[in-house]
Amino acid sequence: MITRLDQLPAKEAISPGHNACAGCGALIAVRQILLAAPRPLIVVNATGCLEVVTTPYPYTAWNVPWLHVAFENAAAAASGVEAALKVLERKGLGRRHNIIVFAGDGGTFDIGLQSLSGALERGHRLLFVCYDNEAYMNTGIQRSAATPPGAWSSTTPAGKQESKKDIMSIVIAHGVKYAATATPFLWKDLVNKVAKAFTFDGPAFLHVYAPCPRGWYTEPDKTIQLSRLAVETRYFPLYEVENGRYKINYFVTRPKPLEEFLSLQNRYRVLLRPENAELLQKLKQEVEERWKRLEALSQQREAPSSTHLVS
Amino acid sequence: MLRQALLYLMSGNEAIAHAVMDADVDVVAAYPITPQTTIVEKLSEYVASGMLDAEFVPVESEHSALSVCLGASLTGARVFTATSSQGLALMHEILYIASGLRTPIVMAIANRALSAPINIHGDHSDIMGSRDAGWIQLFAENPQQAYDFTLIAYRVAEDNRVMLPVAVNVDGFTVSHCYEGVRVLGKEDARAFLPRTPRPRLEYETPITVGAMFSSMHYHVAKTEQAKALESSLNVVKEVFRSYPMREEGYDVVHAVNTDSPVMVVGLGGVMGTFRHLGRRMNVGVASLRLYRPFPAADLLPSLREAELIIVLDRAYSPGAPAPPLAADIKTLLHTAGLQTPVWSVVCGLGGHEIRLSMAEKLLQKALKAVREGAGANISFYLGEEVNTP
Ligand SMILES: Cc1ncc(C[n+]2csc(CCOP(=O)(O)OP(=O)(O)O)c2C)c(N)n1
Repeated sequence: MITRLDQLPAKEAISPGHNACAGCGALIAVRQILLAAPRPLIVVNATGCLEVVTTPYPYTAWNVPWLHVAFENAAAAASGVEAALKVLERKGLGRRHNIIVFAGDGGTFDIGLQSLSGALERGHRLLFVCYDNEAYMNTGIQRSAATPPGAWSSTTPAGKQESKKDIMSIVIAHGVKYAATATPFLWKDLVNKVAKAFTFDGPAFLHVYAPCPRGWYTEPDKTIQLSRLAVETRYFPLYEVENGRYKINYFVTRPKPLEEFLSLQNRYRVLLRPENAELLQKLKQEVEERWKRLEALSQQREAPSSTHLVS
Repeated sequence: MLRQALLYLMSGNEAIAHAVMDADVDVVAAYPITPQTTIVEKLSEYVASGMLDAEFVPVESEHSALSVCLGASLTGARVFTATSSQGLALMHEILYIASGLRTPIVMAIANRALSAPINIHGDHSDIMGSRDAGWIQLFAENPQQAYDFTLIAYRVAEDNRVMLPVAVNVDGFTVSHCYEGVRVLGKEDARAFLPRTPRPRLEYETPITVGAMFSSMHYHVAKTEQAKALESSLNVVKEVFRSYPMREEGYDVVHAVNTDSPVMVVGLGGVMGTFRHLGRRMNVGVASLRLYRPFPAADLLPSLREAELIIVLDRAYSPGAPAPPLAADIKTLLHTAGLQTPVWSVVCGLGGHEIRLSMAEKLLQKALKAVREGAGANISFYLGEEVNTP
């Protein structure tokens, strides 16, 4: 269990000088994850902001081996890396590595879902990390299946009407041994989940909530505060599912009002207008139902032992 | 020199699977589609029985099959996949990435018509749609060549001067499912022919970034280098073709007979055997391209120089184009060489439409007659469709 910064096992894998926006939640999360990921390591990245901002040729921000193929196939490319190293090790021509896949919500919830599903079903030993900024940021803030109801995007100018896809349930339905949610606000929770994910012989999944100042129209210095509010309003519950057993890692007994989280983001400007009370109600109801369902699944009624995670 | 060269009765698809086993391939990923399926069925048997020490990755789509091969290839592994028709079309995006990232992937394509209307039989519509993806394109005429070209493909792809993916094309059903005696090199000789050569790969100790974002200028440079690599791979293909250990005379990238005849037939794939058979009898020249990309212009030109009429067979249609794919290539080649030889552009055998000996014979008779009468004109028509035939 990692409880102090000096216990982080690995070196920085991303160097300074990349092109991410100030306050990019994805980059913060990715750095944290890579500080905890066991070596030797190979990173496979789907097309999206993370890929674009870290590899402006002839520069690269990565000092671990890194592969990008396309938008929808990161899980398949990673499957190939994993399968190949298994046989190369057997033949004395190489050795197995730990593999982390990074994909945005688009590369996970939408276009990447098929190859993710295939990789999970086949049981490749890898950690798939979805950094969720709730829209296609790289192409200019279009809605994705992860965009929540009421949120503005460049293709939902009046606020998205549909619900956010429940990616965790989809992943868990594949029978993966380990799946968890995390956010950079609770870094100890995040890094310990990364370490734990690699103790399983098979695919693991991490759904990381990653605020995006550009796409959410928020101030760069609000990223961590937003990550925190997402958890404390129960909007993004932190939990893990180990061999089918649910456990809430951060028990929110008295949730903050959702408006506190929404009002910091200009993408909810329209939602917070009185004429959209119904849509706001839909979002609130979804948040409530998600929490209730999790509570029922984890059968927890109070704070678990992991309160030490709050630093 | 050779330790063994056993003769087996095999279909074209089995011959390819056997070559993949002999090549000691590490990762096989594929998705079923007729008429390719029996290749990977056979390979899954080899893997399950321990005859081939490889990982068989049964993916959920062709798009993922090629993506798995890409990831695997970049770890230094030797990889294989196979597809046809819609499967190749689904891979389209990744075809360009495979060549752009310079991965020595080998893929067998049992050529088949594209939907719609849906049709499972052989023609070249699938590969012609992927013609410009930067892959080396070999065309095998029969199961023996299917075996030989698969081994040759690995040797070429992994050559440090090349580092490009190679497609081994076989006609759907007429080659993929046709049974013939096939001489195989056997594991030891195949492995001597295919040594493992080191190449840059994903490895923790020596981190590399693969698939980075390129500016316009760098993209232009990289693509130009890639195109040059494909062009200059011609010499490597020829070198490997010539030195292929099982055939004393090796292979030619263009196989031509009767080159002094006034009529020359040019084409790709299994149907060229039919025309060669007739050509020998009727004294008509036949040039079969075993290598289609890079285009072996200098090797083909000598057999076209003396011809008074050139018949180009295309088993694909290029709607709205001035000529179907191979005819367009040949016309360009003739123009570049300053030749004005008339070309009959013949589209034939779409969707497995049978090219019967009698049809082919009638075509050659008409061509010989036209030459005798000095009536040289460019025309286009469909073989087997009587309406527009000359
Ligand atoms: C097949 C395909 N369709 C569309 C695109 C264009 N595209 C590139 S990145 C992207 C959105 C990425 O969104 P997400 O996965 O959420 O990651 P983010 O940009 O937010 O980091 C899109 C639509 C593409 N590269 N490939």
